Amino acid sequence: MASHTPVALSDSAAEQAEVIKAIKLRHPWRNVFAVIVLLALALFVIDAAQRPAYGWETFGKYLFDQRISQAALNTLILTVLSMVIAVILGVALAVMRLSPNPVVKGVSWLYLWIFRGTPVYVQLVFWGLFATIYKTIEFGIPFTDPWATLTTDDFLDVFWLAVIGLALNEAAYMAEIVRAGILSVDKGQDEAATALGMSWLQTMRRVVIPQAMRIIIPPTGNEVISMLKTTSLVAAVPYSFDLYGRSRDVSAAIFEPIPLLLVASAWYLLFTSILMVGQYFLEKRFSRGVGQARPDKPSLLTTPTTVQGTESTK
Amino acid sequence: MTDVPMVLADRVSKSFGSNHVLRSISLEVPRGEVLCLVGPSGSGKSTFLRCINHLERVDAGRLAVDGTLVGYEERGGKLYELRPKVAAKQRSDIGMVFQKFNLFPHMTALENIIEAPTLVRGISKSKALARGKELLDRVGLANKAGSYPAHLSGGQQQRVAIARALAMDPKLMLFDEPTSALDPELVGEVLDVMKGLAESGMTMIVVTHEMGFAREVADSVVFMDDGVVVESGRPDDVLTNPQHARTKAFLSKVL
Repeated sequence: MASHTPVALSDSAAEQAEVIKAIKLRHPWRNVFAVIVLLALALFVIDAAQRPAYGWETFGKYLFDQRISQAALNTLILTVLSMVIAVILGVALAVMRLSPNPVVKGVSWLYLWIFRGTPVYVQLVFWGLFATIYKTIEFGIPFTDPWATLTTDDFLDVFWLAVIGLALNEAAYMAEIVRAGILSVDKGQDEAATALGMSWLQTMRRVVIPQAMRIIIPPTGNEVISMLKTTSLVAAVPYSFDLYGRSRDVSAAIFEPIPLLLVASAWYLLFTSILMVGQYFLEKRFSRGVGQARPDKPSLLTTPTTVQGTESTK
Repeated sequence: MTDVPMVLADRVSKSFGSNHVLRSISLEVPRGEVLCLVGPSGSGKSTFLRCINHLERVDAGRLAVDGTLVGYEERGGKLYELRPKVAAKQRSDIGMVFQKFNLFPHMTALENIIEAPTLVRGISKSKALARGKELLDRVGLANKAGSYPAHLSGGQQQRVAIARALAMDPKLMLFDEPTSALDPELVGEVLDVMKGLAESGMTMIVVTHEMGFAREVADSVVFMDDGVVVESGRPDDVLTNPQHARTKAFLSKVL
């Protein structure tokens, strides 16, 4: 029990108080729980290593197979291209949604309604049928002779249809993320820029969006990771040279589906791990001028980092 | 032309829904003079200031800056809303300083200052930088050019904000409670800058609770309460010898 004797103030102010050496609080149950978890994990790993169904030999053989690594590269390219298009389109849609112009606002709303309201798999199937629905694309004034006619099949192969399908769907989600970021910026920023005579677009571009980036980047990192995995749906187009599609092809040829699923998973895990590190550095870059907002270390959790100290008055 | 007052308000009214914030405000600020708006919070001082800069739209009456109607254009007896570009041009000639500074946190002090001159006025970056440094020197922060707002004290941030507004070479400066968010010991440095500005002949409208500043610097003081001008006149008259009971009650609390 602690005594109730009042703590006497030191006579001399110059005299330093003794550094506190308290006994640390113990957490015995944590240790017990850790041991249980580790044991369970070890059991699972030992069992998996010996279980023939996993086909570890086949796994090792195909992990760096040239077809697989080429497919992994394709998956990366698909991810990067669709994300780049999605981010640009998403920013445009978000800015449009917040525009004072009701027509522009309505267009953005309609886009979001359609592309968020239908499954990405269904959208990808539709894009695959694009050339069937629109055999030719004509340029010119409606109801007159076209200036130029393009055969859809000639310039849109399945790869680009997959990119378009993924990008247009993702843009709808990016738009919501960007909109949330823009709305998080203090209203005073907008006012200060307006009072300086900056136009609405200038205010957005130079003042609001750069500040919104701090809020936008963590969830965008999640979207990139999510996109990397969504690319496995491009079989719906059908594009089959991505990581998942290619490993299915290989496993169909050698009649061993499980080891190739593991191969694909290993590559997906490698890429997502790299993306997490990249996200850490991006977050650091965009927390400029806001002291405490920096994440302390790369987080392996995909949950967005909460950003503190967003008020400009700090 | 010089006879035209810098700010002329003629029976200006403004309401937010059923809340009548401004009720028939008429006042005049001659060129080169300093007007202090005082009064309890919620009396409409800030709203009036924001109307001058067209951050809020006036519902009734006429408000003109330098002889030009704010936010509207009058042609053939009809009022037309201004195009955003023209409204922005009007605002760019009026400097505004906010209670919460509203510096751009992702830009350094100097970048904050040169942003609008380069973007809105199209001044070359090198010219804007030279002018920006000069302005920072004027507000006593020449050594803080590369600092981000988060690393400046409130008083320093507000002085940068004043320099940022001055960089647009405004003909009128509006101050919306510029020292209310500051620690008491930092108020003086901001008031000193404002005093210097007033001495240089800048036309200023200052919403403030600093009666000492109003007494010393203002050419006229307007006391507002509940959306109306209760009393106005020379600072000595209004602040030392108020005629109206409401003014007396207010001053007895703040002095």
